[in-house]
Amino acid sequence: MSADRPWNERLGRSAVVIPYLWLLVFFAVPFLLVAKLSVSHTALAMPPYAPRLDPAQGIAGLKAFAHGLDLETYRRLAQDRLYLAAYLSSLAFAAVATSILLAIGYPMAYGIARSGPRLRPAMVMAVILPFWTSFLIRIYAWIAILKPAGLLNQALAALRLPTVTLLDTNAGVILGLVYAYLPFMVLPLYAVLERQDERLVEAALDLGCTPARAFWRVTFPLSLPGVAAGALLCFIPMVGEFVVPDLLGGSRTLMLGRTIWTEFFADRDWPAASAVAMVMLATLVTPILLFQRRRAEALP
Amino acid sequence: MRRGPSPFVAAVLGLGLVFLYAPIVLLVVYSFNASRLVTVWGGASTRWYAALAADDQMLSAIWVSLRVGVLSASLATLLGLSAAVALVRGGRFRGRTAFSGMIYAPLVMPEVILGLSLLLLFVSAGAPRGFWTVTVSHATVTLCYATVVIQARLAGFDARIEEAAQDLGCTPLQAFVKVTLPNIAPAVAAAWMLAFTLSLDDLVVASFTSGPGATTLPMRLYSQVRLGVNPEINAVSTVLIGVVAAAVALAYAIQQRRARPVNAG
Repeated sequence: MSADRPWNERLGRSAVVIPYLWLLVFFAVPFLLVAKLSVSHTALAMPPYAPRLDPAQGIAGLKAFAHGLDLETYRRLAQDRLYLAAYLSSLAFAAVATSILLAIGYPMAYGIARSGPRLRPAMVMAVILPFWTSFLIRIYAWIAILKPAGLLNQALAALRLPTVTLLDTNAGVILGLVYAYLPFMVLPLYAVLERQDERLVEAALDLGCTPARAFWRVTFPLSLPGVAAGALLCFIPMVGEFVVPDLLGGSRTLMLGRTIWTEFFADRDWPAASAVAMVMLATLVTPILLFQRRRAEALP
Repeated sequence: MRRGPSPFVAAVLGLGLVFLYAPIVLLVVYSFNASRLVTVWGGASTRWYAALAADDQMLSAIWVSLRVGVLSASLATLLGLSAAVALVRGGRFRGRTAFSGMIYAPLVMPEVILGLSLLLLFVSAGAPRGFWTVTVSHATVTLCYATVVIQARLAGFDARIEEAAQDLGCTPLQAFVKVTLPNIAPAVAAAWMLAFTLSLDDLVVASFTSGPGATTLPMRLYSQVRLGVNPEINAVSTVLIGVVAAAVALAYAIQQRRARPVNAG
């Protein structure tokens, strides 16, 4: 392949230096700091944690520093039922929302992929466009709709239907998650469905499959890379979601993103916030690696 | 032959699009509400836009967000361009796996983790939190999006054209700047736009990494929203949606005009 010729490769290799260094400093090192802080203690100081490494003391300072680290914060988290509940309910919220997203997103992606060639780009654009609009604003818009006397209940009352309570409930959080992440589910699914060779389905029909059977035996199995990519692309960030549970959930809605935020900003317990982040990261590292392998196959 | 979608699929697709757009439309409509109550229509009015124009705190937050957005998007685009060149043209250099891992991880990493980790870096380095820390953080978070967008276009560009330029006497850098860059310009512009809107939109990372005097628009909006819905927020949101829609339409138009590629082969 001509792109492998040495002159271009040299240019490519020299181009890597600055972004590599940037990511080491601003992405890799910060994670080590989170890990370090999670084995530290809170302290009445600014910044509010101890021990702190004193480079002036040399090796002795390093020893004293290493001696001050332990797993106390993790022990504290494990004993507090609230953290466990937040952990489990984050996973549950993300799993339920991902399932609903698949149920809605798959037919949408399928519909776009099977519509006429002139309509398709416009519909893809229609799905992408909300993604460009502020996340915070789109979630804020739901508050006015879901409020007890909000637009949804006004509409239901006008139709003489029973009204519903969704704001400040777990159902409201699920709705918000599904709304916010719908484009992330539709696009990877669309990418695989659009590329699929339609003659395969026709062959199945010719061989006597009903359309439904052809879908489940041919179309769906072939679209599984897109299903995996979409599910991971939604599930992973939803586990750590903050804005949706904070604005649409009630005071009892527990999610890890919110726990980190509260520990950090309200309780000023930086080690606890870091330990929760480490646990979340450990949980998500497998899905993240899976996503990185799938990404190449299924994103547009 | 493509068969059209079944009624069930068409219905879900239609409802899905309504679901995506209805909240945004309602938000915009109610920004022109004369009533103080967001959910009760009291006639058309632009009073909330007047209130917005007189709200100094909100205006200064918008100004901070614009400056952070322009600077961080420019940084992210430059870094993303180098990263994309490295990934597409660099071959199998040492540390490639780690590099591409660091490029793609922020795409799905929960924002609270990114924000917290960056904050700890700034605290450890003793950097005062404010305008610059937010800008650097946004550049880091949006860098991956910029890379993905530019990488896709660069991978589709025929490297032989660049080699031809080199055969005709260009240095590799000259060939890149004079031949490749003009060809991938639409993707570079799209990457900048994406990074800019993501920066303009970000609440979580900014809240962790910002300091006194550098309140961004989403931070200001969030503190207002916590106090309850208010029509002025609808007005700001409408302005923001309008700006983004105009920018996306412009970017789309540019891309359409430039899309007829020189290197169609």
